[in-house]
Order: sequence, then C-alpha cells, then structure tokens
Amino acid sequence: MILREAKVLKSHGIQYIPDISTVELTPLFRGRPEISSEITTEEGRYVSGLCPTGAISATPFSIDLGKCVFCKECEFAISNKIRFTNDYKIAANKREALIIEAGSVNPMVLDANEMRKVIRDYFGHALKLRQVSAAGDNACEMELNASGNVNFDLGRYGIEFFASPRHCDGVVITGPVSENMAEPLQICYDAIPEPKLVILVGTDAISGGIFIGSKALNRSFLSKYPVDLYVPGNPVHPLTFINGILSLIGKNNK
Amino acid sequence: MMEIYNTDCIKIADISVLPYKQFYMQVDNLLFYKHNHCVNYFAVPQGDGFLSICCIANDSNHKIYIVAHNEVDNLEALTAKHYAMHVFEREMHENYGITFDDHPWLKPVRYPANRYNRDECIENYPFYSIDSDDLHEVGVGPIHAGIIEPGHFRFICNGEKVLHLEIMLGYQHRGIESLMLAKKHQLQRAVLAESISGDTAIGHSLTYTSIMESLSGKSLPDRIQLERIIALELERIAIHIGDTSALCLDIAYQLGQVACEALRTIVINTTQAWCGNRFGKGFIRLAGTHYPLTADMAELILKNINDVERRYREVTDLMFNLPSVLSRFEGIGEVTVKQAELVGLTGMAARMAGVNRDIRASHPFLYYRNLKFEPVVLDTGDVMARALLRRDEVFQSIQIVRDLLEKHRVLQNESIPKPDYQLSLQANSLCISLIEGWRGEICHVALTDETGEVYHYKIKDPSLHNWMGLALAVRNQEISDFPICNKSFNLSYCGHDL
Ligand code: SF4
Repeated sequence: MILREAKVLKSHGIQYIPDISTVELTPLFRGRPEISSEITTEEGRYVSGLCPTGAISATPFSIDLGKCVFCKECEFAISNKIRFTNDYKIAANKREALIIEAGSVNPMVLDANEMRKVIRDYFGHALKLRQVSAAGDNACEMELNASGNVNFDLGRYGIEFFASPRHCDGVVITGPVSENMAEPLQICYDAIPEPKLVILVGTDAISGGIFIGSKALNRSFLSKYPVDLYVPGNPVHPLTFINGILSLIGKNNK
Repeated sequence: MMEIYNTDCIKIADISVLPYKQFYMQVDNLLFYKHNHCVNYFAVPQGDGFLSICCIANDSNHKIYIVAHNEVDNLEALTAKHYAMHVFEREMHENYGITFDDHPWLKPVRYPANRYNRDECIENYPFYSIDSDDLHEVGVGPIHAGIIEPGHFRFICNGEKVLHLEIMLGYQHRGIESLMLAKKHQLQRAVLAESISGDTAIGHSLTYTSIMESLSGKSLPDRIQLERIIALELERIAIHIGDTSALCLDIAYQLGQVACEALRTIVINTTQAWCGNRFGKGFIRLAGTHYPLTADMAELILKNINDVERRYREVTDLMFNLPSVLSRFEGIGEVTVKQAELVGLTGMAARMAGVNRDIRASHPFLYYRNLKFEPVVLDTGDVMARALLRRDEVFQSIQIVRDLLEKHRVLQNESIPKPDYQLSLQANSLCISLIEGWRGEICHVALTDETGEVYHYKIKDPSLHNWMGLALAVRNQEISDFPICNKSFNLSYCGHDL
C-alpha cells in the first residue's frame, strides 16, 4: 500500500506555482486587451454593434472590462486593431480603471490613493473571506475554489475562504445578483463585522454581464456599499483573483 | 402523434393538438413502457391560451414522440400516475397558472420573475412538515459553508436520522429563457447558453448551436462535429476528475483530493490551450469555429490525456482499495432502480442506479452518430456507485477522445467554416436538441414564428430531475452524510433555476 502511495506522490510531483505573479499563461488566454490607436470610427461602430454586452464604446474607442465577457469576437472582427493579451492581471479598485482605451498598453495596477487605509492596516497579514454566489453560473465559483488548490495555493498568503460571515473580513460576490438572492446577500453582509471588504468577482457581478436588463435581477445592494476590488473575467482566472487580492492588501510589494 | 429524431425540425402546424383527455391517454400509454421517458413538457403562450407540448424519448429506437394539447384548467395531473412528470406540471402551473387536479406535489419550482402569481415569493415557500414532538427540523442555506451556489435544504430528522429532505431552489434564477428571446443577436444567445450552467458551458452551448444550425438547414463538416465531441468529452473528464477530488475531500482523504485536483487542472488547461478559456467559454460557436483543432493541439491533447489516464488510474486503484474510503462510500445514500425510474433520473444519476439512459447511445448527436457507444451502467445506487461511475466514465471518455483524435488525422485538412451569427431560421418550426452533458441529458427546444424569429426557447438541465434523486438518497441516512451525498450528485443550482 505504501508503495502505491509513493507512486501516486511521485507522479503528482510538485504542483504549486512558486511565483504567482510572473507565471505565464497559454498564449490564447484572453486577458487585458490592447487596442491600436489607429482604430477608426467605422471599425469602432462595427465592433460595438457586435459586442454581446455593450462593453465597447465607439467614440472614443474603449473596452469596459467590467462588461466584457471576453468572447474575443471584436478581435476576430478586426484582429489588426484589437488584441487580447494573456496578461491576467486585470483587477482594479476603481470602476473606471476597468475601461481600456485605445492606445493603452500599460499594465493595470491598483490605485493606492483610492484605497481605504483600513484595508492594509487590518488585512495586510491575514484575510478571511466569505463567498456569496448571487446567481453565479458556477464557473467563477469553481475558479475561486481552484484558487485554494494545490496549484495556486491561496492559503500560503494567509488568505482563506471561511464559512461563517462573523469570522470574516469581507464578502466576495459572484453572479449578477438575482432578486431571489438579494436578501440573503444583505443578511450575510450585515453579519460580517466592520471594517469589511466588498469584492466583486466576474463580469456578471461587476455589471450584470450578459444578464444586463433581466427582470430577475436586483442589484440594489451594489449601489449601497463601496466596492474595494473589481476582478473581471468570465470566469475569473485564479491568477487574476489572487494577484488582485495581493495587490489590494499590499502583499505583493514585499 | 408525431415521431422525430434528435435535432429534427418540424412545422408547428403539423403537431396534432389533442383534447386533453386524449393527450393524457397517449402520454400515459407511452410512459407505461420503461424505454420511454419524457424529456420536456412545457406550455407556450399562444393567442389567449397556451399550446402545451410534450416530448417523449424512446431510448430503444432513437425516436422522440411529440404530443400536444391546449387546455389549461383542472387538468388531470399526469404526475399522479407518472411521478417523473411532477416538475414539468409544477413549472407550467408556476409560470402560467395552468391548474392540475390531483397533483400530489404542486410546489413552486424556482420563483421566476415572470411567474403567474407574484404573491408567492421565495420567503414563504410551503415546506412539508410533520407534526410530532419527536422530530425536529434542520434548515441549511441558501448560503452554504463552502464556495458553492445557493439553495435551501430543509431536513425533517428523527435524532440524527433524516426522514425527509425538501430542496427549495430558485435563488439562482436569472431569467435566462426570457433573455434568450429579449437578446436578439445570435451571438448574445450563444453567450447566454454558455452561462446556463458555467460548469457545463460546452454541453449547453452545443445544445443551443445544434438547434440553430438545424433550424437554418446548415449541415456541418464531419471535422467540426468530431472536434465538438472532443471538447464535450474533455469537459466530462475534467468535471468527473474534479468530483473525484471533491469526494475525497469530504471524507478527508487528502492524497486522493490533491492528486485529482492537479489532474483536473491539466485537463482544463488543455481546453484553455485550445480555446483560451478553462471552461470552454467562447469556444462553441454557430455554424463554425474560431478554434479549429490543429495537428499540434491534437498532439497536446493526446499527450495530456495519456498522462492523466495513467495518473488517474494510479490514484483510483489506490483509493478504491482503501478500507477507509470504501467504508465512507459503500451503502451511503442509496437510490434504488425503482426510485430512479419513478422520479425519472437522467444521466449519471440514472446510470449509477441501474437505469441505462444516455443520449450518446439512445439519441446520438453530432459525431456520435458515427460511433458505437455503450454507456457505463452500475447498479448499487450509492455514493460508491457515483464515485465508480465517474472513474469508469473518465477512462471511457479518454478512450473516446483518443479514438477521435486518430480519426481526426484524416480529417484535419478538411476546411472548416468561421462562425456565422446571421443564420436565417426556418419559419413556423420547432426543433428539439438533446445532448448528453457530463451530468446527463440536456434538452433545449426552440419555436420560430412566421418570420423565422425564435418566440419560445425552453431549456432543461438534467438537474431539474436529479435533485429529487438527492432528496431520496438521504432518506434514512445520518444527516452527517448529507454533504457526501450532495457532493456525489453534484447537481446544478443555476441550471435548475435558469
Ligand atoms: S471580447 Fe469583450 S469587448 Fe470584445 S466583443 Fe466580446 S464582450 Fe465585447
């Protein structure tokens, strides 16, 4: 029996990614887009008509990652002007920062001036989070689970998901927030002691995504509280989430 | 009675609309046979009334029978005789106020936004209860301990033993069926289909695209049909391995958990290498693809599945011989074959309880039309069967992918079209599409009007039936075994709630 266990362990090898901030993803991964500054109004109009979620504004041209479902159809339409790079560090702490303008090739970083001071004071060393799926489609939820697995090992940074909101420092919301989940979400949030974080994970949570306009949603919760971190994706890649959180609590600067 | 095959299109006017009494008799007669089961039964608003269409699949001759009626009041419930019909009749009642007599369980399904009776809301769900000083109730959810979708479980217990579990869902309702009509662009609908249940992005997308392609009269080259099956089977392999990991986690068997976790990563990263997304979102598109399978990618897939197969065999050989694992799996959460047939379980939930039901064999789609496929069927109906079924299906699917990659070699120079989002659809038609996703039978039905615009879109995830299987599985079990039972079914909340 021991021999067989040894065999499994040997095949398993070392799984954790040593440096979560420099590892490279496969070329086709759809992360931060780069848009040529030469994009014409006509092209802009064309792809904004194509975009399934209205993430593209034609003049001046920009892509809002808070609405984008990363389908890449705009790139397929005008591949010489739009390119989705495999840069997975696309979290932001300001809603406007998710809007990528034509010509911008800069990496996305959090704006420390906009951050509440309590965040790093209180949560810089350990952070316990309560996840609430508010009509999420189980893709972002699975990726958040994966963040804690043997490959990504979120726990090594002292960051963990916890069951009881009373033991937590913030809420991580996935999904466009359905009417039927509005109250449970509020109850859960109220149960978390102050100070507390609100983190939106996935395009559905940030803007409603493809569900914008559905009568079955109730997003009023999101207009009541400041959001500390926006993590776009469809679903969010574990590396996007982990790097976003680390930047927020100031752990990756060490 | 009309007889059609998977993804056939028919004219709506050709469907014979029967008086309810006759409709009832016909459905009753059909469902008398075990090889027939209802894959969808739904009402479509039409003029002042409704056209209610029932689709019954024959598992032995590939056919689907279409029967319809248009009555709405005091209908004799089919559920009283055929329990598997319960959820369809409940849905028709909840959505449109169609009334049924003698329905034994006319409970709300999901509290949709456009429900008939807005006074009914999720806060006052009518739970079943037993008046007794000896019993107590345990409520769990909607928010659960882990990172998992919301749903409420209400147990009636005698001490530690569960007498009854009622599962209340609806928290995940996003109005997808309405959005499928409100969002007019075919690309938007493709994105919606991917989000019906994000863990089954490929399964649901294929069901949607198959309908649209059929309604537009497009026939796809063999190559793309084959590549789609590879994608579908990769999704199945990844989830089954992930579930093996989750089952190990629940019984605190850490080696199995972490080994399988890492193996799942390899599989979803393979999908990501192919299409840029670990869940296959943005992958399956109408009438073509942006991601034809290249020779290099085929080689990568082959290398990875071979590696996964070897390692998954090592770890499952080990775990299914460990007494500490077996004692937590065997005899826990049993569903009998009779129960499975009675409540109409589908997919994995059927096959683990001795019911041979698999769309890949009974109503083959895409490249499965060219393959001989024999489903894995186990009969103990317990957590063990659900774990073993996953193991066996992983190996089976790996073999299928390997065979398909071999066939792909001769096809890979076939040219492959780009997606087309401007498909013009046949007018006044109905199309039904069935795909065996990793959970089981996915069924979508679309109806078009005289301009070819879709005016009704019906979605059914296998979970719609299978939640009842979980409720039955935990009867007379220790309540502490609920988590492992729940994990072993791994049903979709959002796929149910839509
Ligand atoms: S990739 Fe984003 S911006 Fe481009 S079309 Fe898709 S949703 Fe719109």
